[in-house]
This record gives sequence, C-alpha cells and structure tokens, in this order.
Amino acid sequence: MELNCKHVWRYISDYLDDSVDPELRADIERHLEHCELCSAVLDSTRNILVLTADDRTFVLPVGFSERLHARLNQEFMLQEE
Amino acid sequence: MRNDAVNEAEIIARICAGERELFHTLILPYERTVYLTVLSLLKSEAEAEDAAQDAFVKAYRHLKTFRADSRFSTWLISIALNEARSRLRKSNRVPIESLEGFQEEHEGDFTPALLTDWREIPSEALERRELQATLRTAVEELPLIYRQVFVLRDLEERDANETADLLGISCNLVKVRLHRARMMLQKRLVPALRSLAPRRGLLGRKSWS
Repeated sequence: MELNCKHVWRYISDYLDDSVDPELRADIERHLEHCELCSAVLDSTRNILVLTADDRTFVLPVGFSERLHARLNQEFMLQEE
Repeated sequence: MRNDAVNEAEIIARICAGERELFHTLILPYERTVYLTVLSLLKSEAEAEDAAQDAFVKAYRHLKTFRADSRFSTWLISIALNEARSRLRKSNRVPIESLEGFQEEHEGDFTPALLTDWREIPSEALERRELQATLRTAVEELPLIYRQVFVLRDLEERDANETADLLGISCNLVKVRLHRARMMLQKRLVPALRSLAPRRGLLGRKSWS
C-alpha cells in the first residue's frame, strides 16, 4: 500500500519497537526510501530515545546507594530490637 | 530473565528466613528504577531520594507478603508508585496534574518537528551538562500521563504488559501514550538539540545550499 507521511508518523513508535507486522514494515520502508522528511523524523526520534535513556541523562544523586543502604541497615537493627 | 526470577525467589526466601543482609543484593538492580519511578511523579531530586528510601524500607517490611506469581520488579515499582502518589496527595499536588487528562488520547494526528538536515547527536555529547539538562527538562515537562508511560517503558525498560499492570491501563493505551510521549519529545527536542549540535556540519551544509 502507498503510505503518505501522516500514516508513517502514526506508526513511528511501533516501527521503532519492531511491533508492526511485516507487510506494514515493508510499506513504511518503501516510503522512507524516497521521503527525506520522514527519514529525518525517524532518525531524530531514535536518536532522542537513545540520548534520554542513557545513564548519564538521569543519574542517581551522588551517594544515593550509600545513604539507602545505611538507612536499610538501621531498619535491620530496629527489627532486631 | 527466567533465571533472574528463580534467583530472586531464592534470595527472597533466604531473606525471609533471616539472612536480611541479602536484601542489599536483591534490590541492587532496581535502585535506579525505583528512583526514576518516584522522580517521574515528584520531580524534586531530594524528595525523590526520600521517597525511594521509604519505598525500599516498605518493601523490606512487607517482603513476606510478596507472592512469586508476580514479578518482583512489578511489586517493587508499584510500592514506589504508591509512595510517590501518597506524597503528592498529602501536599495536594494531584488536582493540577489530573487536569492534563483532558487533552487525551486518540484524537487527531500529531505533527512531528519536520526538518531534513537532522544530524545525529552522538552519545559522547552527553558529557555536556547543557545537553543532559535539556533532555531532562523535556522529559520532566511531559504531561503526567505520558511521562509515566515514557519513564517506565523507555527509561526503565519495562515491557508494555508490565507497564499496563503498573498503571492499571490497557496495553493498547500504553502504546498510544508512549507514541504520544515520544512524538512530543521529538517535537520539542529537535529544534533545541539542533542549536546544541556541533556547528561545523551545519555551516558546511549552508555553504553549498
């Protein structure tokens, strides 16, 4: 099926998650081959997902683990009493 | 995955039998997950840390009630969600966020940011604090219903079923909201990241257009 750009945008998320059926995937890929705009939308979305999911974007506060485990040790002691 | 679940069940049994130190090992893979879960609702880092600690303490106290027919991660994240929600309720921050539900869901197509000269930002660029902050702010400013799905699916890498269970919504709604969240981020971040991108390539392109 011939897809237009709006169609493709609707499936970008599913396409990235590899959860579109093979037929639709082939239609999308045919569209992407000649549509610079949709290729850029797809690439930028993929890039943004990689960057936001990177451990450096959302980091645990410095000392988080140490404070957490100290708090848990306190809790263990309370239970012993 | 399967092995992890078996190991976790064993560790939980041993903790319940008195080897409480093993709780540290049990939660190690989930520290970031629990923190991000509460942060997605509370936004403040300091409050999120407190809430995460409380959630872990509650999980420890109630570990005996954990049933192995559900995933430990799901159980733990749901404790974290409850902890964050109860803090929001106590400080009356819920009503503002729930208004966002009005602009829901299925209607209309979403137009992404359109441009043809997108240049990939390499992960090394994340050494720049400016870029990290731009990305964090964009996620933090997503409306709550989209932010929650995005954080669980894309930052914590929970699958669609687990996310649906945790939020009490259908799998299909998880997909719809995730798509919306990703498109909102694309729309907002593409222009912002473009101005942060290395200059050389952009100038090169300009010079021959």
